[in-house]
Amino acid sequence: MQLAKVIGDVVSTRKDGNLVGIKLLIVQPMTPDRKDAGRPFVAVDAVGAGVGEDVFFVRGKEASFPFYPVEPPVDAAIVGIVDYWDTE
Amino acid sequence: MLLAKIVGTVVATRKDPRLVSNKLMVARSVDPRGKPEGNYVVAIDTVDAGVGETVLIVSGSSARMASGLKDCPVDAAIVGIVDTVEVGDS
Repeated sequence: MQLAKVIGDVVSTRKDGNLVGIKLLIVQPMTPDRKDAGRPFVAVDAVGAGVGEDVFFVRGKEASFPFYPVEPPVDAAIVGIVDYWDTE
Repeated sequence: MLLAKIVGTVVATRKDPRLVSNKLMVARSVDPRGKPEGNYVVAIDTVDAGVGETVLIVSGSSARMASGLKDCPVDAAIVGIVDTVEVGDS
């Protein structure tokens, strides 16, 4: 899992049936000192996150697990909203 | 998932039998503001997308969870047509 900031959202009307009702957000992965870590991409929201929040996300097939028993075709999901972090 | 713009189609007569009757597209990833960047990818279209449209592509083993692709040898599937993208200024 990785830290990221939610920077935007995506609207799609025509999509896979198992994606209906799932929120699509654009996340920018970041390092603990808030520097960009790679390109932004689209992740689904499993916890009610919104634009401007710090989150962490999971990649790969595991991204569909929060929606079990439905298996939406997703490869990145936001699974936590970060309150704060500490690094030395 | 990736945002990408469809730039073409792929025709292949000889292919894995589980890919028969699937539509293959060439897409190039775009940044959230729509600017093309990075790699081209061949993806299976599951939502009747067309050339010029911005779409959502799911990669890796998750692509097999798209409608109709169970047990297919694919690692990229188009699962949505994008209407709008909104990006904050930060």
